[in-house]
Amino acid sequence: MQEVNNFTPNIVAFCCNWCSYAGADLAGSSRLSYPANVKIIRVPCSCRVNPMFVLKAFQQGADGVILCGCHPGDCHYVTGNYYTRRRMSLLFSFLNYMGIEKERTRVEWVSAAEGAKFSEVMNDFVAKVTALGENKRLQDLRVKEE
Amino acid sequence: MQKIGVFICWCGSNIAATVDVVRVAEEIKREPGVVYSADYQYMCSENGQQLIKNAIKEYGLTGIVIGSCSPRMHEATFRKAAESVGLNPYMVEVANLREQVSWIHKDKEEATEKALILVRTAIAKVRLNAPLKEGESPVVKRALVIGGGIAGIQAALDIAEAGYPVDIVEKNATIGGRMAQLDKTFPTLDCSACILTPKMVDCAQNEKIDILSYSEIEEVKGYVGNFSVKIRKKARYVDETKCTGCKICMTKCPSKKGLDEFNMNLKTRTAIHIPFAQAIPNVAVIDPEQCLKLKTGKCGICQKFCGAGAIDYTMKDSFIERQYGAIVVATGFKPIDLTAFNEYGYADNKDVVTSLELERLMNAAGPTNGVLLRPSDMTHPKVITFIQCVGSRDVSGCGKPYCSKICCMYTAKHAMLIREKYPDTEVHVFYIDVRTPGKNYDEFYRRAVEQYNVDYIKGMVGKVYNENGKLMVQGSDLLNNEQIVIPSDLVVLATAIEPEPSVRKIATLLTASIDTNNFLNESHPKLRPVESPTAGVYLAGVCQGPKDIPETVSQASACAAKVIGLLAKDKLKTNPCVASSNEMMCNGCSQCANVCAYGAITYVDKEFRLGGGKTEIRRVASVNPAVCQGCGACTVTCPSGAMDLSGFSSKQIMSEVEAICKK
Amino acid sequence: MSELEKRIIEKAATLLAGGEIKRVVGWKKGEFIHDPSPATFETEESLKDFIYNDFCGANLSKYLIDIFKREGKTAVFLKPCDSYSFNQLVKEHRIKRENVYVVGIECHGKLANYKVEEKGITGITSEAHEGENVVFDTLYGKVTASREEVLLDRCLTCKGKKHVVADETVIINDYEDKVSDRFAMVRELEAMTAEERFAFWQGQLSKCIRCNACRNVCPACSCLKCVFDNPQSGIAAKANDDTFEEQLFHVIRAFHVSGRCTDCGECSRVCPQHIPLHLLNRKFIKDIDSLYGEYQAGEEAEGKTPLTSYTESDTEPNNVFTVTEGK
Repeated sequence: MQEVNNFTPNIVAFCCNWCSYAGADLAGSSRLSYPANVKIIRVPCSCRVNPMFVLKAFQQGADGVILCGCHPGDCHYVTGNYYTRRRMSLLFSFLNYMGIEKERTRVEWVSAAEGAKFSEVMNDFVAKVTALGENKRLQDLRVKEE
Repeated sequence: MQKIGVFICWCGSNIAATVDVVRVAEEIKREPGVVYSADYQYMCSENGQQLIKNAIKEYGLTGIVIGSCSPRMHEATFRKAAESVGLNPYMVEVANLREQVSWIHKDKEEATEKALILVRTAIAKVRLNAPLKEGESPVVKRALVIGGGIAGIQAALDIAEAGYPVDIVEKNATIGGRMAQLDKTFPTLDCSACILTPKMVDCAQNEKIDILSYSEIEEVKGYVGNFSVKIRKKARYVDETKCTGCKICMTKCPSKKGLDEFNMNLKTRTAIHIPFAQAIPNVAVIDPEQCLKLKTGKCGICQKFCGAGAIDYTMKDSFIERQYGAIVVATGFKPIDLTAFNEYGYADNKDVVTSLELERLMNAAGPTNGVLLRPSDMTHPKVITFIQCVGSRDVSGCGKPYCSKICCMYTAKHAMLIREKYPDTEVHVFYIDVRTPGKNYDEFYRRAVEQYNVDYIKGMVGKVYNENGKLMVQGSDLLNNEQIVIPSDLVVLATAIEPEPSVRKIATLLTASIDTNNFLNESHPKLRPVESPTAGVYLAGVCQGPKDIPETVSQASACAAKVIGLLAKDKLKTNPCVASSNEMMCNGCSQCANVCAYGAITYVDKEFRLGGGKTEIRRVASVNPAVCQGCGACTVTCPSGAMDLSGFSSKQIMSEVEAICKK
Repeated sequence: MSELEKRIIEKAATLLAGGEIKRVVGWKKGEFIHDPSPATFETEESLKDFIYNDFCGANLSKYLIDIFKREGKTAVFLKPCDSYSFNQLVKEHRIKRENVYVVGIECHGKLANYKVEEKGITGITSEAHEGENVVFDTLYGKVTASREEVLLDRCLTCKGKKHVVADETVIINDYEDKVSDRFAMVRELEAMTAEERFAFWQGQLSKCIRCNACRNVCPACSCLKCVFDNPQSGIAAKANDDTFEEQLFHVIRAFHVSGRCTDCGECSRVCPQHIPLHLLNRKFIKDIDSLYGEYQAGEEAEGKTPLTSYTESDTEPNNVFTVTEGK
């Protein structure tokens, strides 16, 4: 088959310390691979993720941003991810309204036991963003080389 | 000028086989601020830690980055090592090169590149780290138990046993709670009062326990280790210190038509009364709604007859304020209101009763002195039909979606006791499922069916109606696939239980979270089942979820263990990664407090200098670091960015984002 | 002078004469009839400059954040839509309700200066609503324009003539509430492809000169220090230096006011580049309405906003698009 897309996207993944970061660790210790272009930032809770961080990532050249947190109802901080859910629902819908492809943003709930899910989600997300190609709509062109 | 040291761990071959650790350590040396970089086989080993410590001392490092396994594994180890040589433990960052790199990638070039990015990201963060200090807060060595049922009694006894003073606040005039109303208990059929009342007496006699009956929580301030609680002592119009419990007042009181709550309103009582014979404290209370003296000013008979001079009609509610280190919530339950369930005819037929009412009808100290008589005509019921799941497992909106958990067992108990005492009685039970997990529980239920021949019918009841004095119970028999009607003399509804309604107010006062059914939330459903998410608040009994007596008692003891563990400490260490508000930028808009699950944010009016000798008073947010758990929900709610989180500041996360995206 | 204006000025005079009210906040005559500006009046004498006409679009509630702190009680004239902003500010503890006396006043839609100008209507000496038209007396004679042509965009989808807060009102004409779909344009955009939407917003936002007028006039954007001026935030920026930053600014601004924006439309009114900024906020409002139930910021002076509350069964972020795209 012919290689049609050589593009490898840059993905920023925000993971909450208690569930999703541990889920990523489990993916690691279970040797469940996902592409190397996913880089994780550890936050105490998904509710720590400010929309500004998401936009900054896009501005600096990220092609996709994903947030992972505990499943609703299981938040280590009781209610944190409920707020995340509303905030990111509205933000991502809004970015879509601004013309940013909705496949570039995502929220997933990954528990500490869901290493396999973490790996699956990342593989799927990377595939979707790769298909979209480079993020040109939301970036500061100065950070690019060339 | 910052001096950053970077330590790349091989983790044997775990990292080194996939990541070119030597190249990473070399290339990282060129990063601005990095003055030292090394790789080593096992950084977590004694020697590895020594290497880190030596470098910190020799190069005067101000921050270090370890490229190793997940920080969830060894962050604490490296922090401790740093601290031992004088570097603040919060100046340590870990780049996860094992779980996030070597274990999931195969291509060495790709893995090494990613490792470099992750280490640079950690460096970017550590550049902005600030030394943090764990706070300390003192612990008041006294516990508060809210609710004096079996859960509260058990928790208080265990805490007192360990030597700590404990107060029980009970809203009723006596402790004992629901268990005191029960007749026998499953699966052993021992008498409830016989096992409960000695414990009540123990409470009264234990000098570490102070029972504040007829009292309610009015206000709660403070936080774990340091709660300040205002308690309202409701006016009982009887001086507790003088009343001897002789009951002469009860024999003389002319107002005798009050409904006896203890007997589920199946009996009347006098305005001045002691709730039941074994009440603790054994002190009378006057019902102000019923007392002629208090209502009309005319009477005063009880005062005339009281030899102890204990009656005081002028008594007012009084308040006391006490300090506690820990709080146990044990507010218990009540059967749900059945007004919405017309189909069972509860409101219209005296002989349709709830299970708790049946407990009283069977109790030797109850309205019928233990002889089972039906309320309408005081005759022996010959056919008794029990209906299970009344309001439980009900998603129609009328009842509760959950299983009340205790009904299957107590119905088996009732059926068995009736068949034992009155073998000529016919007993039917309509059920959806019979749920009997628990030690000796299924055996118990089987005895009811096999030994006592209780007629269990799988199916739901559609209607109960009165026909010529007979209660016609119309239901479906699913196993025989037919509709049946059972003419009965008494119908008993296994009524769903719900948390005592006052728990809502208490949850608000404690900022303890509560679910849609008004059950208090535990901190973790499996691993922290007796702790509320609010630090220092513990949950015992049905206030947390439906449970029977053995479970309630175990949970109460578990709470006590947690409380004792807390009170045994002189000081509590607090997590330094907490939120704080920059007062110069805070609008005081109160948005952040709305999302704080812990009630850690309060607002104060503060005076600010404006220059030119002028001042301005502004409302600003203030975070209590002993209460804040550091989730960061508030930081995103704050539009001005005044609220930030130590250890995970906006600037730090932004710099991590930049480092990752840098091409 | 219209009857309404006369009554309002009389009210202002009565309030000042009463003694308890130390100042009234209203609008002051400019050089022309179409450039009134918000102002404080402390004496009856100063009321000679007071004006209330169809160019008084400015929402006065935000000015109270500072003014209410002055000694004594302040009175303010609020149009129906301004009263929502006032309530929202009370909810956020930015205004002390008891320090302010609110006079609700009649409004039949305000004029957009640039639209009037574009129609070539100049030298205006007075204006009045007549049915579906606005009639201008100008130095060059009478000119009639349809309301559609000259009213502010926000007034074309007026949210009603009801004041959500007022100690008293000055209302002469009881205009009928005209029901109009304020989300029509949002829907139109939603129906476009992502490319088309991006092109639309790029076209609009590239006009932005970061003058901060929208931010400065917005009653929800009332931070002591804006996050864009805060070096600790990591996004501080004084001006645009690339095509992305105005998007970043407007996305963040819209997010920060989401759940708090009363849809007063001041942002679009003051934008010198005529960017339809209210379409950003309305997207949030529409999404909140459809995802979490109808919510009007400022309707109540207490309670939580949609973004500081939740339900356990809220829509999952990945399913949101099917709801918000109206599919």
